[in-house]
Amino acid sequence: MSRLSRLLALVAVLLVAGCGKPDFSDAEKKTIASLALNALPVLKPDTTNRFADVPAAAALGSTLFFDQGMSHDGNVSCSTCHKIDRQFQDDLPQAVGVGRTNRRSMPLAGVARNPWFFWDGRRDSLWAQALTPLENPLEQAGNRAAFAHYIQKRFGERYERIFGPLPDLSTVPANASPLGNEAEQAAWKAMTAAQMDDVNRVFSNIGKAIAAFERSIEPAQTRFDRFAIDLASGAKPKADDAFSPEEMLGLKLFIGKANCVTCHNGPRFTDNSFHNTGVPPVKDLPLDRGRFDAVAQVEADPFNCFGAFRDGDAGACGELRFMVKDAPELMRAYKTPSLRGAATRPPYMHAGQFSSLEEVVAHYSAAPAAVEGTSEVHPLQLSDRERAALVAFLKTLSE
Amino acid sequence: MASIWRYLLAGLGLAALLAGILAIVYLTAPQSAPGTDVSRSKKTANGLFVASFQPERGVIKQGELQSWLLTLKTVKGDPVEGAAISVSGGMPQHNHGLPTSPQATDYLGEGRYRIEGLKFTMSGVWQLRFAISAAAGSDTVVFNVVL
Repeated sequence: MSRLSRLLALVAVLLVAGCGKPDFSDAEKKTIASLALNALPVLKPDTTNRFADVPAAAALGSTLFFDQGMSHDGNVSCSTCHKIDRQFQDDLPQAVGVGRTNRRSMPLAGVARNPWFFWDGRRDSLWAQALTPLENPLEQAGNRAAFAHYIQKRFGERYERIFGPLPDLSTVPANASPLGNEAEQAAWKAMTAAQMDDVNRVFSNIGKAIAAFERSIEPAQTRFDRFAIDLASGAKPKADDAFSPEEMLGLKLFIGKANCVTCHNGPRFTDNSFHNTGVPPVKDLPLDRGRFDAVAQVEADPFNCFGAFRDGDAGACGELRFMVKDAPELMRAYKTPSLRGAATRPPYMHAGQFSSLEEVVAHYSAAPAAVEGTSEVHPLQLSDRERAALVAFLKTLSE
Repeated sequence: MASIWRYLLAGLGLAALLAGILAIVYLTAPQSAPGTDVSRSKKTANGLFVASFQPERGVIKQGELQSWLLTLKTVKGDPVEGAAISVSGGMPQHNHGLPTSPQATDYLGEGRYRIEGLKFTMSGVWQLRFAISAAAGSDTVVFNVVL
């Protein structure tokens, strides 16, 4: 062996040894601990849904979640797009229900902890969210009068054991909704206020049952979490849990120079907020302005926290009450998604714009300008090695 | 002999390199901006009032809606009553505003106003600007909150 090659070997050994040691500062250790799953607080009760933690409601909700009868054509259920064996998402760039939508299905782990729902936050509770696809013509394409009749026919007894007596629906039209097609809207307008209220009450309880079920869907421990626990306690990680030098570098970048943790923070790796990060629109999809247009939608939703179907008092409505309504940064702002499990569920972004994590990281490194509004992301000029390290770290959140 | 010196030199070079790498890593680690004024009590911009700003329950929790108390006194120390207060702010480092629209929702007496709907969604320097209008006149004050 020549001296030069011996010297090079020595350099390599020292570098690997240097990078292999978790040289984290106290501040970095604190940040890492804040991301670990054991920092996740106990799920808070949802006072707006008094059935949220009623087991029978969750059981009915689970039945409804998987029931294709809960759609206009009898082929679509919540689980069509939120697949139980696929982290409750569908691997498609845009979800396909009765028709093709313009947004990526979101996974459901920890969904009950969200203050806002959908990519743009156009609903403010899990139960109000669950109602929306039921009447969206591209998703389940049903109408609330039909759903009320269906519940009475298929699940009447189970419903009444949880929610009390069903209203008299004998004079309610078979199909009617304020959001339906022309005939359904006309039928809705012809109903009495009491009939509308009866139907809305059954409809809202459908959402409350589905939400009760969804509260049980929580994130699972990953290799990152085991690494973080060992780092905090000073224990030597088990063979499989130890991070490689590349994963270690990725984690350091994630919480440092790459600024990922600015928005992807806390044990769910999300700040639950909305940001314009310059993600390009998808050609041929309808105009999508994200949070900018969602504000009016959540305000107009009769099932929002200020509406008549909320249980409990209005003290639970802080998010809606103090919502930002008109700020330039709402334009094309979308919710920060959780990164847990992200590595095994491409494609990425609100309309599946990027097909791999490498593309996502390259986007944030380059930080192109937004087509509308202003991107909050600044260029990073990460090297190939740094981008690969970030991807390697993100994979530890799926193992 | 010459080869031992060469190895020693190489070793020193490597040590310097490692020190350099570590220094870069530490320097680029997130840190609160030094020199940020984080005082919780100060005179308003034109000196009309003395304002102090405290979390109502004493602690700041990241990511949760919370209320703070803004206490307004005149320079002489008398409580300022009946003030109209508007709240704005954001994160200058990230070029964005507040994630919520906090409001003064209650007057608790002795110059204390409850500011509800604050939410700090990320670590860093947050700026909160209050526009205050009372019998003595209108003034503004900015508080920095570092998470």
